Amino acid sequence: MTAAAVEYRLGPVADLPVGEGRLYTVDGVGVAVFRLRDGSLRAVSAVCPHAGGPIADGLADAEVVICPLHQHVFELATGCSRTGQAPLRVYPVRDDGGELVIGVEQ
Amino acid sequence: MTKVVVVGNGMAGARTVEEILARGDGFAITMFGEEPYGNYNRILLSNVLSGAEEEDGIFLNSLGWYAENGIDLRAGVRVTRIDTFAKVVHADDGSVTAYDKLVIATGSTPFVPPVKGMHHPRRGFHQGVFAFRTLDDTRAMVRYARDHERAVVIGGGLLGLEAARGLQTHGVEVTLVHAAGHLMNAQLDAQGGGILRRSVERLGITVRLPARTTEILGRDRVEGVRFADGNSVACDMVVVAAGIRPNVALAQASGLPVERGIVVDDQLRVQDEPDVYAVGECVQHRGATYGLVAPLWEQAKVLADHLTGRDPKAAYHGSRTATKLKVAGVDVAAMGIVAPERDDDEFVVFAEPKRGVYKSVVIRDDRIVGATLLGDVHKVGFLMQAFDRGLPLPQERVRLLFDLGGPSEEVAAAELDDSAQVCNCNGVTKGAIAATVHGGVKTLGGVMDATRAGKGCGSCKTLVSQIVEWAAGGAVEEDPSAGWYVPGVPLSKPELMAAIRERGLRSVSSVFDALAGGREDAKSKMGLVSLLRMMWGDEYVDERDARFINDRVHANIQKDGTFSVVPQMKGGCTTPQQLRRIADVAERYALPLVKVTGGQRIDLLGVRKEDLPKVWAELDMPSGYAYGKSFRTVKTCVGADFCRFGLGDSTALGIAIESRFQGLESPGKLKLAVTGCPRNCAEAYVKDLGVVAVEGGRWEIYVGGAAGAHVRKGDLLATVDSPAEVLALTGRFIQYYRESANWLERTYAWVPRVGIEHLRAVLVEDSEGLCAGLDARVQAAVDAYRDPWKEGAEPATPGQFRESLPLTVVGNGARATGPVPAVGSAVAGEST
Ligand code: SRM
Ligand SMILES: Cc1cc2nc3c(=O)[nH]c(=O)nc-3n(C[C@H](O)[C@H](O)[C@H](O)COP(=O)(O)OP(=O)(O)OC[C@H]3O[C@@H](n4cnc5c(N)ncnc54)[C@H](O)[C@@H]3O)c2cc1C
Ligand code: SF4
Ligand code: FES
Repeated sequence: MTAAAVEYRLGPVADLPVGEGRLYTVDGVGVAVFRLRDGSLRAVSAVCPHAGGPIADGLADAEVVICPLHQHVFELATGCSRTGQAPLRVYPVRDDGGELVIGVEQ
Repeated sequence: MTKVVVVGNGMAGARTVEEILARGDGFAITMFGEEPYGNYNRILLSNVLSGAEEEDGIFLNSLGWYAENGIDLRAGVRVTRIDTFAKVVHADDGSVTAYDKLVIATGSTPFVPPVKGMHHPRRGFHQGVFAFRTLDDTRAMVRYARDHERAVVIGGGLLGLEAARGLQTHGVEVTLVHAAGHLMNAQLDAQGGGILRRSVERLGITVRLPARTTEILGRDRVEGVRFADGNSVACDMVVVAAGIRPNVALAQASGLPVERGIVVDDQLRVQDEPDVYAVGECVQHRGATYGLVAPLWEQAKVLADHLTGRDPKAAYHGSRTATKLKVAGVDVAAMGIVAPERDDDEFVVFAEPKRGVYKSVVIRDDRIVGATLLGDVHKVGFLMQAFDRGLPLPQERVRLLFDLGGPSEEVAAAELDDSAQVCNCNGVTKGAIAATVHGGVKTLGGVMDATRAGKGCGSCKTLVSQIVEWAAGGAVEEDPSAGWYVPGVPLSKPELMAAIRERGLRSVSSVFDALAGGREDAKSKMGLVSLLRMMWGDEYVDERDARFINDRVHANIQKDGTFSVVPQMKGGCTTPQQLRRIADVAERYALPLVKVTGGQRIDLLGVRKEDLPKVWAELDMPSGYAYGKSFRTVKTCVGADFCRFGLGDSTALGIAIESRFQGLESPGKLKLAVTGCPRNCAEAYVKDLGVVAVEGGRWEIYVGGAAGAHVRKGDLLATVDSPAEVLALTGRFIQYYRESANWLERTYAWVPRVGIEHLRAVLVEDSEGLCAGLDARVQAAVDAYRDPWKEGAEPATPGQFRESLPLTVVGNGARATGPVPAVGSAVAGEST
């Protein structure tokens, strides 16, 4: 089974400050993309399943992001919550010659 | 099969059988019960009388239960004689039943004082006169009360009070008469009894005391009662609730040893009878008889252990009982002795008759030997356990009667219902906390992380930790991180500061690299930012990703992802020009709410992230820091310039303090106030630092006050002669707090932790020679201050003010759904 995915270009990686997240709208949905301190990229759904908090505004480290509203913790690689919430959706994301490219499975 | 015969199918008899069944089979059980029912909960008859409970609801074991367990139930059959030689019992249905072991559980009978006219010559009780012991009694009372108007209840004890209240619900006018000088005299002293009387009267029950009933008036129907003093009360029915007596008629008739009750030993064996036992209210054990269920639960266990051979050494040593009154609106709990009996007994009493509250405790040799609670019984759990088990008592005895300040007592945890909400901020129940512990999380921090209990206002943290302890059954693991400044770096604050200084670590990532094995930890970042900024001032290397969102955009995030903007308004003073600008901005950006805050300034709420720089620019006012763990505000009152009581210029001093220390980061928020006289209109006594002008041009400085989730009056640090001294001491205090308090530790926790004497010594008397250094470092921090709202003009990072939620909803209605602020407009790429 091959999962069909559509890729989108989101602009320069340089627009994403190191260690922080930003919101991108991909195919009509919000995605929070993070550029970790080791340079790797992560992309998860932008809205906290707890009460709609802005995930892109959260504090992140190499493993998790903390929602700024009520401090629920989510793993960036899997989207799973470490504090008992529903998971975030995870998107494949990569750096393509200085450009952010994200995949959305159809 | 051992043949066990039980005489009496009441609470003790049935419980003993349940306990026997729970310990194994091999027993052929026959039960005799004079009442024609299965077993029911006698306690709840009060509720049946008052209509609070249906009859069906009080049955403990159905007839089916007896059949399933192979019990031969002889309901409605009275045992008339026991033949201990032949080992058989004779019953009134003519049957003769053999036993190997016999259990007598005949309970009590109501005590009916010898009163003229109580008994009808032929029919036993006079029609219209009732006792209150059985389901049949209760039914008869209800039936009679429905079409009669006035009742007299004889007996002002537990049972009488419950009967009186129950009858009232049937529309009967009730007079309660009691022979003693005050109500519940077995459990209360005269003062408590007096308070109880008023509470009972408030329910509409007439109380007559002391009144000894001598005659029931009326031949065919009851017409009234007469008292020893010759007075009488008219009524249509009489309920006798004058006490109980162990039901020993059968035992006596069968030649068993009976004093007040059937005499038993520690195995509940009837004296000199190897195969006959007795249990429940009918027994006399070590001289004591009981009239409550708790002791008989204990007795039933011991008896079953013994009879089944499960624990041959099981022994009953007597019970310490507590009485609770089940009358809605009148709470009474009592245990042990009523008043001090020896010279050195301690007696702690609190009485508030107006509210119907009375509490007392009798202490002997550091143990509770008696306690009474009236009107407010929420401490009964602890008192009961302390009484029962001889727990150690708090030195401050008043804590036995009241929860002072902190959340409830240590044992609250065990008592709480699983469904009880412990953390009101995050809606976490005791059950959820316990489940997390049982699921394997054994540290307080771990449980708080997993459930978020205690992570709201924090006022429930003590209780949460007690529940964790309780649920872990003592196997709580010490949070290794409990002493660390932040969870991700294994060092206490002094160790961490030393390491940072020694290695010259100026950024958050360098701390992780050098001191945490290169492991970043999101939860630790905010605390490290605060510490490093405090330590390095200008030399601090800022990494924006280490900041919490509020500090990235200098505003407080709201529930919908918008922000609030609170401009500085020193000392709560503003000008027409400022107000005009605020009004303009609010209109231009269609802000949903403009609000005067509790901190004496104006909050603009619902500002979109992308509008923040423009809002600041147009306001042209400095940041009020309403979003940071930092110096916040100085509240002031109008003070000497306008107020007729003003003793000092509190407004000017407040403004001076705020101008000097604005924006300084600190372990927790710093909220200050300066008030012009001890009337305290600016609430200075309950601030992190509060200044009060006093007579003679002097100023008092209070520290460690709080009036948030926690309420605490500050401690007096010093009284000084001039505003300049206030400023100097304030700076020293702030700097010492910055350097030594734990992350997020507010002054209301820190000041009591280090002690006000210590603070006075260090900060006022300079006992450790720290003052010059503190003064210099706070001066450096003040000098390094820069208004963060100037940052707006040139964003510090790309997209610093870009929205982070796909659409912004403010207030009640949807505002501006677009433009959706996505920089990289999506370009369809190749599919894979
Ligand atoms: C706006 C204001 C309420 C108002 O409408 O008046 C307010 C609003 C908030 N308070 Fe407050 N507090 C406000 C005055 C107070 C006061 C009264 C005062 O400052 O004189 C107190 C009691 C004093 C104190 O701080 O102890 C107060 C005690 C708290 C607490 C409890 C702190 C504690 O340890 O006891 C919190 C929670 C916290 O800090 O963790 C809190 C937290 C909050 C937060 C920041 C919640 C949050 O984290 O988002 C609220 C932000 C609302 C928003 O979206 O802007 N707020 N809050 C007041 C702003 C004052 C100002 O001008 O700066
Ligand atoms: C209205 C009311 C409210 C109460 N409220 C409380 C309360 O709030 N808290 C509390 O702790 N206690 C309360 N009590 C007391 C509690 O109900 C008793 O402590 C408990 O029922 C005693 O149990 P027992 O088995 O010893 O006696 P009982 O429950 O009285 O059982 C004895 C049984 O033996 C039967 N019997 C007697 N003789 C014979 C015989 N010869 N042959 C066959 N059967 C016989 C009787 O019919 C009876 O059913 C209350 C009692 C009443 C009446
Ligand atoms: S403003 Fe303060 S008191 Fe009001 S809801 Fe928010 S935190 Fe609670
Ligand atoms: S909305 Fe994200 S934690 Fe509550």
